[in-house]
Amino acid sequence: MALLEIKDLHAEVGGKEILKGIDLTVEAGEVHAIMGPNGSGKSTLAQVLAGRELYVVTGGQVIYDGKDLLAMSPEDRARSGIFLAFQYPVEIPGVSNLYFLKAALNTIRKSRGEDELDAMDFLNLVREKMKLMEMDQTLLNRPVNAGFSGGEKKRNEIFQMAVLEPKLAVLDETDSGLDIDALKLVSTGVNAMRSPERAMIVVTHYQRLLNHIVPDFVHVLSEGRIVKSGGKELALQLEESGYAGLGIHDEEAA
Amino acid sequence: MTAVAEQTGAWLAEFTGLATVAPWAQELRETAFQRFAKLGFPTTHDEEWRFTNVAPIARASFKRGLAAGQVTGLTGGAQAGTLEEARQHLGRLAAFDQNAFVALNTAFLENVVAIRIPHGAVIQEPIQITYNGVAGHATHPRLLIVVGADAHCTIVESYTGAGNYFTNAVTEIVAGDRAVVDHYKIQRESLEAFHVATLAAQLGRSANFVSHSISLGGALVRNDVNVVLSEGTEATINGLYIVNGAQHIDNHTSIDHAKPHGTSHELYKGILDDQARAVFNGRIIVRQDAQKTDSKQTNKNLVLSDDAVIDTKPELQIWADDVRCTHGATIGQLDAESLFYLQSRGIGKQQARSLLTYAFAQDIVDRIKVPALKDSLERILFEKFHEHREK
Ligand SMILES: Nc1ncnc2c1ncn2[C@@H]1O[C@H](COP(=O)(O)OP(=O)(O)OP(=O)(O)O)[C@@H](O)[C@H]1O
Ligand SMILES: [Mg+2]
Repeated sequence: MALLEIKDLHAEVGGKEILKGIDLTVEAGEVHAIMGPNGSGKSTLAQVLAGRELYVVTGGQVIYDGKDLLAMSPEDRARSGIFLAFQYPVEIPGVSNLYFLKAALNTIRKSRGEDELDAMDFLNLVREKMKLMEMDQTLLNRPVNAGFSGGEKKRNEIFQMAVLEPKLAVLDETDSGLDIDALKLVSTGVNAMRSPERAMIVVTHYQRLLNHIVPDFVHVLSEGRIVKSGGKELALQLEESGYAGLGIHDEEAA
Repeated sequence: MTAVAEQTGAWLAEFTGLATVAPWAQELRETAFQRFAKLGFPTTHDEEWRFTNVAPIARASFKRGLAAGQVTGLTGGAQAGTLEEARQHLGRLAAFDQNAFVALNTAFLENVVAIRIPHGAVIQEPIQITYNGVAGHATHPRLLIVVGADAHCTIVESYTGAGNYFTNAVTEIVAGDRAVVDHYKIQRESLEAFHVATLAAQLGRSANFVSHSISLGGALVRNDVNVVLSEGTEATINGLYIVNGAQHIDNHTSIDHAKPHGTSHELYKGILDDQARAVFNGRIIVRQDAQKTDSKQTNKNLVLSDDAVIDTKPELQIWADDVRCTHGATIGQLDAESLFYLQSRGIGKQQARSLLTYAFAQDIVDRIKVPALKDSLERILFEKFHEHREK
């Protein structure tokens, strides 16, 4: 059975239909890239998978790990292994990164039937993962994302992913706004987490990221539908001839 | 009988039952009582009380209680003064000609806690004054703190109690030139209690005054904070009010820049739930003389329910031209995006709500410089929001 199966998914926001029938199957161990012009619905898909209520599902089905994903609360989705790296991570003044991550990890561990980590074990785990992302440890005592640079926020997302160890990670433009060094770091972090039990959906505009995180499949989303799917060479082809080469026009430019 | 006479009649009986004091104090009491009898309790027609109906206080009848403040931390030169020593200051700052509650407090002058910090004394330990309300009683706590020039001190006023009672407190603080005063008022009255309090502070040249008013309890609460700055004075007037159920809290502040080069920062934050109601009125006065005044006022409210109501209003009276005054008020709900972000990491919705609610209050709590006070407040808030999510 596939880890994730999306069937004819429709969703709208503010009364406007954005997703117009998405079909996508992701097996454990696979990495799927989703590309597509601005406004085509990539983030909408990612947010719907994570359970954001703002996006209203109007049709279709999502089966995750044998369960009806759409019937689950956002926190239950996270507890059962879904992780969304936000395109725009949210700043939360007044809540420290450390407190936040500990609360998150311990609720997730509890729901997996594992013991809560004590302060020392937690700190050791967090330090190890921060090193991997070359993040300054002082960030731990700062409020979640508050005053972080764009790059720091993206790295913080991948750092959280490394700590929470999801089964299905959805990375929404984690590469945007990163310089080459940060991109390599993030890619290394992501690659280190690739495993036969874990699947990833990587939303990106650029081939650049896919040189580092080599996908098994590439899908092109346009106007709320997947209009083309292929192997990693599809991303290269897009790089060469753009969406126009596929007969797709850029929606924001249109 | 007129309505005013009806209300004040019961108080007259209590007033006449007071033990006599020194002639000058007796005279002050009588003047104050006459003023109270004339003013009567304010009504919502009175602009200052537009949103706060004190009829429940006016209608109630309470026995006269003993405002016995427990004082701890009188060390390193801080001294308890007598009523006699308080004479030159009492009633000078907290004017009772317009405020019936201050008049009533002054009429029942008794057990004044007067504390004197000598010139240049640096008192490390916080001086704490605690009042405990008793059901069925009205008390009129009166506190006078005279801080000499160049002296440093920390004052913590706390109010607690059980049942339905009425606390009518007045605190006067005189800070000498260059004095550094860190003041806290922690109001944790019973949820059935009425609490009306005025803080009046006269701040000397280049004095540094910080006051935090934390209001958690009380059914009906009104706080007035009136500070007058001198040349180069720096005043920080912060507040935090957290109300739910049918609680009503009204914070009126008045920051009077009487002389040039004064600085004032004011930050009041409120968290409202259920049918709670809050009022914030922030008056900033900059007198003609007070050039180069720098004043900033902020009132932020977090409203957790559909039925809670907040009325917030800045009131700027600026007579000088070379000044910088900013003010702003916000009323908001928990941020949906932040909630979702926390939930997307596995944190339950209710826990996420309490985390964000707590976070909203955090920056006020972080400014509390007395470690024990900060810790206990953190614990209280944590429990409060935890309780709330359990219900
Ligand atoms: N909260 C919202 N209210 C109204 N419209 C929205 C909202 N969020 C997204 N949309 C609209 O939905 C459409 C799809 O947006 P989405 O963010 O999913 O696109 P995307 O493919 O992720 O684009 P990008 O590449 O720019 O990130 C756009 O037309 C966008 O304007
Ligand atoms: Mg997007």
